[in-house]
Amino acid sequence: MLMAFQEIQAEFGYVPDGAIAAVAEALNVSRADAYGVLTFYSDLRTQPPRPVSVRICMGEACQAVGARDLLAAVQGLDSARCEVAHVYCVGNCALGPSAVVDGRLIGRASAETVHRLAGGPS
Amino acid sequence: MTTLFIPRDSAARSVGADEVAVRLAALLPGSTIVRTGSRGAMWLEPLVEVDTPGGRRGYGQVTPDDAESVAAAISAGTGHALEVGLVDDLPWLADQHRLLFARSGLADPLDADAYVALGGLRALRAASAMDPLEVVAAVEASGLRGRGGAGFPAGIKWRTVAAAEADRKYVCINADEGDSGTFADRLLMEGDPFALIEGAAIAGLAVGATQGYAYIRSEYPDAVATMRDAVAEARDRGWLGPSVLGSGRGFDLAVRVGAGSYVCGEETAMLESLEGRRGMVRAKPPIPALAGLHGRPTLVHNVLTLASVVSILGDGADAYAALGRDRSRGTQVFQLAGNIARGGIVELPFGPTLRELVEGYGGGTRSGRPVRAVQLGGPLGAYLPASRLDVAMDYESVAEAGGMLGHGGIVVFDDTVDMAEQARFAMEFCAEESCGKCTPCRIGAVRGVEVVDRLRAGDDPDGDRAVLLDLCEVMRDGSLCAMGGLTPQPVLSALEHFGEDFIPRTAVGA
Ligand SMILES: Cc1cc2nc3c(=O)[nH]c(=O)nc-3n(C[C@H](O)[C@H](O)[C@H](O)COP(=O)(O)O)c2cc1C
Ligand code: SF4
Repeated sequence: MLMAFQEIQAEFGYVPDGAIAAVAEALNVSRADAYGVLTFYSDLRTQPPRPVSVRICMGEACQAVGARDLLAAVQGLDSARCEVAHVYCVGNCALGPSAVVDGRLIGRASAETVHRLAGGPS
Repeated sequence: MTTLFIPRDSAARSVGADEVAVRLAALLPGSTIVRTGSRGAMWLEPLVEVDTPGGRRGYGQVTPDDAESVAAAISAGTGHALEVGLVDDLPWLADQHRLLFARSGLADPLDADAYVALGGLRALRAASAMDPLEVVAAVEASGLRGRGGAGFPAGIKWRTVAAAEADRKYVCINADEGDSGTFADRLLMEGDPFALIEGAAIAGLAVGATQGYAYIRSEYPDAVATMRDAVAEARDRGWLGPSVLGSGRGFDLAVRVGAGSYVCGEETAMLESLEGRRGMVRAKPPIPALAGLHGRPTLVHNVLTLASVVSILGDGADAYAALGRDRSRGTQVFQLAGNIARGGIVELPFGPTLRELVEGYGGGTRSGRPVRAVQLGGPLGAYLPASRLDVAMDYESVAEAGGMLGHGGIVVFDDTVDMAEQARFAMEFCAEESCGKCTPCRIGAVRGVEVVDRLRAGDDPDGDRAVLLDLCEVMRDGSLCAMGGLTPQPVLSALEHFGEDFIPRTAVGA
């Protein structure tokens, strides 16, 4: 089930409404089970992604170098165009704070860099 | 013709390695640029190395803007402010004892010939010619313990899986590396993927497993890509497949990607996730070694545990066991992270003091302020105050000092940290990442956040403190796995060592 949803998301960018029934039927599981998998994993999304994605690492290692302030400073980017979210650890713990803008990992990230890459007002 | 080495590791790229490589290629036409793994000296990234007759000369923290002057210095053979001398002579690297990270940073991680030239494949060649039980005996004799967190003796698991009768057996590589402050698994997969493949293949042959899975977290897209390419290459070369190195015994490996769940690093939740379901922790028994993936005997190991087997079979169990101290044998990969001046990978035999790591290798905090707290062993590990930096870093000594070695992560905080906020975060993290199976973990963590908030508000400090202590006890004793069971560690250690942070600021006279 998980791989089926991952493939659907890779294709469409999210898991659309009809997918639960389709996956349940194809894999011969109940819709409740399919729904359970879809909602368990934070990567799986049921809404289309916005054009720009900003994720700020909130692991302890990044907190130790100002991740909370960074998240607060870029929160203003959150809009219909840009989604700002947090993530727990991107494995860049010696070069924090870390941000991921449209899949691109940024170390020693500053609010200015994130604003610039996300195309928002800096 | 000049050869340059520039990492393609995602951490190096996060601080501009790609742009630096592009600029240097344009500025130094005719030179060859090899994109390598990282040496693990993250503080020097992007680290550009140039082949010279005396060895590789390094330039550290090269930004794209520095490319021009660095290129000029390389062409003219003159000095440069960013030059760090011969990389192999850097004390930070030279003083380490690298087994797992001996190769990363030296060559293109997907160059299989380079892997063999640098000593790879000796272990698999040896193991494929040995009786499987001899291989198991070597792992036992090495004293190797699991690097994923719990430190369980690897040999016992291998013997259990090897002895189990079944139509199929599996090896699962736990590459979920969810702990903040740890990145060694990622670095190894991106920098020396064949070593992990070799270790997994040795394990497969030894315990009689024919199929392996590497469960890699989705936050590591570069590691996923590198591992997939390396597995394909290994299969082409007969290192994996129906007859590993012509031994007549088969072992294959597939890469699976996680979906953003911390608890899926717990081995039974990982197995559920590999089977496509919600990552709910399973009750043990049965242990995975007897009934794991699809109910079959399964050897689950962390990336570093399996990669360690390459040294053990390549250079001998005795040589491995000669390193370290007491019941912690071999080397441990310490990962210096957080507010640290010289962060990265420090691989040493077990036993250096935390102070040698944090102040010696790490050079203290990056901010230059005093170290106030160090969190060992990830989000479920305790916070130690600066007064406990003299603890020796082996499993038992750290446990005695009230900490947990875990996966070797060392997260440093300076004196601006608010430890009540960190305690609150530990509960918040548990609430968010709990698989939901047990009430103390699922509900307790939510209550925990509330109690910490009330405690900080200061209306009934004694009452709230008692409630928090009770809650932690219930979580510790009433949780099925270490997620709920160990979350009290960071909370209680913060309360014990940094109690002043839990007093409302107004009360301290602001
Ligand atoms: C909540 C939780 C998260 C865990 N995350 C990881 C992880 O990311 N990587 C890992 O190797 N082990 C993790 N573990 C430990 C595994 O359950 C298991 O002990 C380990 O994979 C066994 O391998 P080892 O013997 O090589 O250590 C986690 C355990 C718990 C309770
Ligand atoms: S302690 Fe938490 S994460 Fe572990 S099994 Fe129980 S509910 Fe799940």
